[in-house]
Amino acid sequence: MYVAVKGGERAIENAHRLLADKRRGDQSVPEITLDQISEQLGLAVDRVMSEGSLYDRELAALAIKQARGDLIEAIFLVRAFRATLPRFGASEPVDTGAMRVQRRVSSTFKDIPGGQILGPTFDYTHRLLDPALAQGFVPEAPAMADASTAPTPRVTDILGRDGLIESSPQAEDGASVGDLTREPLNFPADRDLRLQNLARGDEGFLLAMGYSTQRGYGRNHPFAGEIRFGEVEVEFLAEDVGFAVPLGSIELTECQMVNQFKGSATEAPCFTRGYGLAFGQSERKTMSMALVDRALRARELGEEALAPAQDEEFVMSHSDNVQATGFVEHLKLPHYVDFQSELGLLRKLRKEFTDAQAPDAMKEAAE
Amino acid sequence: MTTIAELPPGFADKVLSAQSTFRSVMDAMARPGSVQRIVPVAGAPAMMMRGTAAIALTLFDHDTPLWLDARIAESLELVKWLKFHTGAPVVQDSSIASFALISDGGALPPLERFALGTSEYPDRSTTLILQVDSLETGRSFELRGPGIDGVAMLHASVKPFDLFERLHVNESLFPRGIDVVLVADDALVAIPRTTRIVSKES
Amino acid sequence: MNAPAYNFAYLDEQTKRMIRRAILKAIAIPGYQVPFASREMPMPYGWGTGGVQVTAAILGPADVLKVIDQGSDDTTNAISIRKFFAKTAGVATTTATEDATVIQTRHRIPETALSENQVLVYQVPIPEPLRFLEPRETETRRMHALAEYGLMHVKLYEDIARFGHIATAYAYPVKVNARYVMDPSPTPKFDNPKMDNCPALQLFGAGREKRIYAIPPYTQVVSLDFDDHPFEPYRFNAPCALCAAEDSYLDEIVTDDKGGRMFVCSDTDYCESRQAAGHHGSLSAAPYKEKAQGGING
Repeated sequence: MYVAVKGGERAIENAHRLLADKRRGDQSVPEITLDQISEQLGLAVDRVMSEGSLYDRELAALAIKQARGDLIEAIFLVRAFRATLPRFGASEPVDTGAMRVQRRVSSTFKDIPGGQILGPTFDYTHRLLDPALAQGFVPEAPAMADASTAPTPRVTDILGRDGLIESSPQAEDGASVGDLTREPLNFPADRDLRLQNLARGDEGFLLAMGYSTQRGYGRNHPFAGEIRFGEVEVEFLAEDVGFAVPLGSIELTECQMVNQFKGSATEAPCFTRGYGLAFGQSERKTMSMALVDRALRARELGEEALAPAQDEEFVMSHSDNVQATGFVEHLKLPHYVDFQSELGLLRKLRKEFTDAQAPDAMKEAAE
Repeated sequence: MTTIAELPPGFADKVLSAQSTFRSVMDAMARPGSVQRIVPVAGAPAMMMRGTAAIALTLFDHDTPLWLDARIAESLELVKWLKFHTGAPVVQDSSIASFALISDGGALPPLERFALGTSEYPDRSTTLILQVDSLETGRSFELRGPGIDGVAMLHASVKPFDLFERLHVNESLFPRGIDVVLVADDALVAIPRTTRIVSKES
Repeated sequence: MNAPAYNFAYLDEQTKRMIRRAILKAIAIPGYQVPFASREMPMPYGWGTGGVQVTAAILGPADVLKVIDQGSDDTTNAISIRKFFAKTAGVATTTATEDATVIQTRHRIPETALSENQVLVYQVPIPEPLRFLEPRETETRRMHALAEYGLMHVKLYEDIARFGHIATAYAYPVKVNARYVMDPSPTPKFDNPKMDNCPALQLFGAGREKRIYAIPPYTQVVSLDFDDHPFEPYRFNAPCALCAAEDSYLDEIVTDDKGGRMFVCSDTDYCESRQAAGHHGSLSAAPYKEKAQGGING
């Protein structure tokens, strides 16, 4: 009897073996390859890279495979690996204005310089399950054209030229960029740390928070100024060389929300901004992030912060799914020592309650 | 000019030497007044005691602004050694330093010039690393406070002579305050801000 | 692919330096929670990432490590953490409390009195004792700064008004060195008195919440209470069924669905040592465990 409550090393080893077997599934079915995951489940890979804070498609695909498709588990695997990597410094800010866009839409203007580019999107698909995809589907070759050489300036920059939108806050020259994986977080937190927190934050959590602002919990009148997805160059300023060296290019999605205007007796009214950025194609994530970023700027913009999405401590302390899943799931670890202490207290209180009731009951019976 | 190749070396085994040194410092901090030894050997530039060099290699890095007293700051070799082996930025403003290295105790600035922490974040304070003549002989002191089973005796020859009187300020500042690590060659004694010291005149 | 390569005791040296500096500050300010840049560890938050980081930062090749969860050396998580350090640091491990130099624990303090050459590392889920009274970090930090602990006393007193007792059975708040109110981690309040004036250094690591705190040796640790409702440790009033100990904290083992139960020491090493020394309880003949981790293993 008592033996059963002992964990035992062998139990752990056997559990791991069983997990490995379940992960592989029926071995008569061909094993999935990392290329297949990366190519055919690309959006899952994008999410794992974003929330895992590591741009490496192959490792993200491996993590998804190892996690049996559980994306939060995959994100955790990537994060744990990332934590052991040496840090050489911060890259130069990426120029999303020079992005080689594959998709770019603005909801605020009918047409924009460089054009609206629909790109690969689910947006206008009819959500009908497609049996043709079940097996052997060969898609038509995509329609191709020569890459446009027309510049694609950011919509917010176009608005900014006329002063219609607040200028994007600029960091001081030489100011270091905060990194909440290297420095403990303190409140109030600056926007660089807030954006880092949101970029790593759980897509579902940000979606719910962003949605809540649209439903009136911290409403901020958003317009999707622009969403763009494509490739940008990453450069690193090597101090000993003295100039920025290119490290390669990465795929990013950027969302710039144009929000409710501000203004005062001394300041001309202008629109405000919310910003979202993520690795790969992650539109839901970046749009939600932009809504929440704007909501979290309430204090800075002199707005009353009453809604959950405007509450920096609440949002930043609960956005991380690796932290959240760990603490929620840790409830399955043994807690019997504390439970025993609680049980003892409860039994004592119940006994005192019964003892206190007993004389009354006897009195009633006698009457 | 000293080139990097001519600088005294750091730890032979970085990982295990830092661990061993840290345990000595941790034990010293946990048991104020007890004399701990630094075992691992590192090259140390002139004016830097073996213990100080080991502590620097163990605790300093890019994230710890470092304040040096005038005598150390004047030694180009020592500053270069610190920069090369630890990467710690040397600052002129002692009130933002994580650590202060003091070789000339007689010229120790007033303690309030160092970071004392805030009530909300008392940990944001400067830790003084002070080289002294001896932690075995000299005047006798009685130490009381957390980490000490009753009373601990310390025999030490330190400069400034009134160091422990000056540290009385820790009592009224607490939880803010200054923690001190005294080094004499390979011996070290820590005086955290909770320790109360009385001089025992013979 | 970037093949992973790991350092002694897993953490990189920069991380260890950061944690070590936090530990020194924690010792210098007993009971104060030092923020630290907790890393993502290869086990989930909630599984002891704070304790593991503290242990990794202090552990050396000469150490002998013991890991317990719920007082036991062979609960699954204790085994998993012990194996992690045996593998990444190659340290000797033990189940014998007196042989260990570093003991990492979740939810218990060993029954065997600790000594000066030992460090006890606690895994902490929520380090802030005021968190359930005030969820905001900015507020609780201010309360600690001003030593404004009235709210905690009000809460405890409300329990008394409602139940006739302080209704906190574990993670029972303490005051350290007459200054900071501190969460002892979710140990049963039975263990609180062991923290007071303890010869061993006690370190607390909260990974997800990114805090490290400490109780130096020989430091006063007082459980909060009232003159008319003094603190009382709880222990089920029975001897251990295996070793007959009357001074140890007991686990209740349900043996059938008809109300049958037995009470045995939660500290398995303590219980086994007593049995080996000839103490026998009412059920000590029963086979009670596999002997997997005896003595010191390399």
